[in-house]
Amino acid sequence: MKTVFKRTPSLKDTQTHYCPGCGHGLAHRLLAEAIDELGIHDRTIGIAPVGCAVLAYDYLDVDMIEVAHGRAPAVATGMKRTNPDKIIFSYQGDGDLAAIGTAEIIHAAHRAEQITVIFINNAVFGMTGGQMAPTTLLGQVTTTTPQGRQSNGQGFPLQISELLAILPGAIYVERCSVYNPAQISNTKKAIKHAFELQMNGAKGLSLVEVLSPCPTYWHMSPARSMEWIEKEMTKVFPLGKLKDIA
Amino acid sequence: MCGNEALSEAAIIAGLDAYFGYPITPQNEITAYMSRRMPEQGKVFVQSESELAAINMVFGASATGKRSMTTSSSPGISLMQEGISYLAGAELPAVVVNVMRGGPGLGNISPSQGDYFQATRGGGHGDYKTIVIAPSSVQELADSMSRAFDLADIYRMTVLILADGILGQMMEPVVLDKKPKPPLPAKDWALTGAKQRPQNIVRSLWLKDGALEKLNYKLQEKYRQVQKNETRCEQYMVDDADIVIVAYGIVARIAISAVNKARQEGIKAGLIRPITLWPFPTEQIDKASEELRIFLVVEMSCGQMVDDVKLAIAGKSPVVFHGRPGGGVPSVDEILEKIRQLTVRNSV
Repeated sequence: MKTVFKRTPSLKDTQTHYCPGCGHGLAHRLLAEAIDELGIHDRTIGIAPVGCAVLAYDYLDVDMIEVAHGRAPAVATGMKRTNPDKIIFSYQGDGDLAAIGTAEIIHAAHRAEQITVIFINNAVFGMTGGQMAPTTLLGQVTTTTPQGRQSNGQGFPLQISELLAILPGAIYVERCSVYNPAQISNTKKAIKHAFELQMNGAKGLSLVEVLSPCPTYWHMSPARSMEWIEKEMTKVFPLGKLKDIA
Repeated sequence: MCGNEALSEAAIIAGLDAYFGYPITPQNEITAYMSRRMPEQGKVFVQSESELAAINMVFGASATGKRSMTTSSSPGISLMQEGISYLAGAELPAVVVNVMRGGPGLGNISPSQGDYFQATRGGGHGDYKTIVIAPSSVQELADSMSRAFDLADIYRMTVLILADGILGQMMEPVVLDKKPKPPLPAKDWALTGAKQRPQNIVRSLWLKDGALEKLNYKLQEKYRQVQKNETRCEQYMVDDADIVIVAYGIVARIAISAVNKARQEGIKAGLIRPITLWPFPTEQIDKASEELRIFLVVEMSCGQMVDDVKLAIAGKSPVVFHGRPGGGVPSVDEILEKIRQLTVRNSV
């Protein structure tokens, strides 16, 4: 029998702790496939965030570190500056990157750190139980926006990728999603492109934002969650390349 | 050279790979010096966006096995406590210098010893310790750097150099030389890319039942080894002393002049100077208190180390405190007068 699909070596053969329909599993697989297809497994160091993906090292079989909430871009800076030959990526959620870690991501981009950021945006704090994130949509019900998010007092959804794209030190920013096979395949292409820039010594930060489902805290079925990304999330967070110097 | 520059050059000689820092007075000479010298050496200098970022850059560099450090002063060190706790949990080596200034809050830029509790009790969240070295001269400050890096590597923990605004700013002649390195353990835990070996993971999260408790017991065992092997203190004219001053850092320097003057007046005074504040020289102070004498603890604070002295003496001898907080510096005459008062009262 001919093997037409198999698990990529940088993804471990293990049980998942993620909820059914969660987007992290998909994103992990795309990341692992990108690493293996580019042949950078032996020199890649990954940074796991605080959030649902804190245990990313249980799935990704590369050298990894787990860091304080939001500080991944600073840790990545320390790693890349002292190890310019290594490929450094951080994997961060929207609470981690767009709330508590805003200063670190903006200044890492501002300094043109040669790192790759995988930014998983699921519009909610997952691990702590579904609270409002800066990226929560208006009207979206979370445990801290029981009436739905109101702009008056709770602010508008934060488009952090747009903010980063205007910085000269950010050389590649693209927003992707995983709501259908075409988008999944495009997300992988984007991750590979971001890594390739780093491999080629491009002088700046590359970031791939992935609009990703959280059925548990969206209180939707996995299938309905994918529809919600396509129909609702992309209205506020339009997909596409925000910047690419390559 | 001023203390801030001397410690910077000494760190470079000790093999510093990367320096990360954020400006704050009274330690700005360090960031300025490093910004010039590190690139000259082909090494890394980054001015971070905050102290939070600086300590996390240290975290990242250290996780890859590189020698890295950051420096700051009291308010900035408070911001770094999160990172120092994570360094303890992840068992990563790091060197941090605190050139203490007056507090609380923004306080002032005068010298202070108000961060003793923060330094010696861990400082951040969780059950952990950092090794705390308190030099009392520019030469000793410089000499402490290579020891700090070696201890950090040997025990995989943070070593904090606790200086103050006077030591940082004071100019003294200093000899800078390369110290022989002790045997250091291989950094086989470092993140260098999983090439022909299993994945390395640096972490401080332990969710499985009992795993975190186990880590904590392991850390405590390491701290016991540090207490056993690395406690340092200097004793000056203690053997026949009726009154023993306990002081550290620059205050010990002032106190030694007071001891000498007291001796000229026929008062048998002595000095114990803790060099490591954690581990604290509990045994040495306990031993000195076996004979009944007065212990006078002098600090640039409202009384912090005095608690450790009392714990060491455990009621065997009287312990008196004299301190100046918020940037006040005790003078030689002020300490001498205190010695006179205590010894006169005692001899009546």
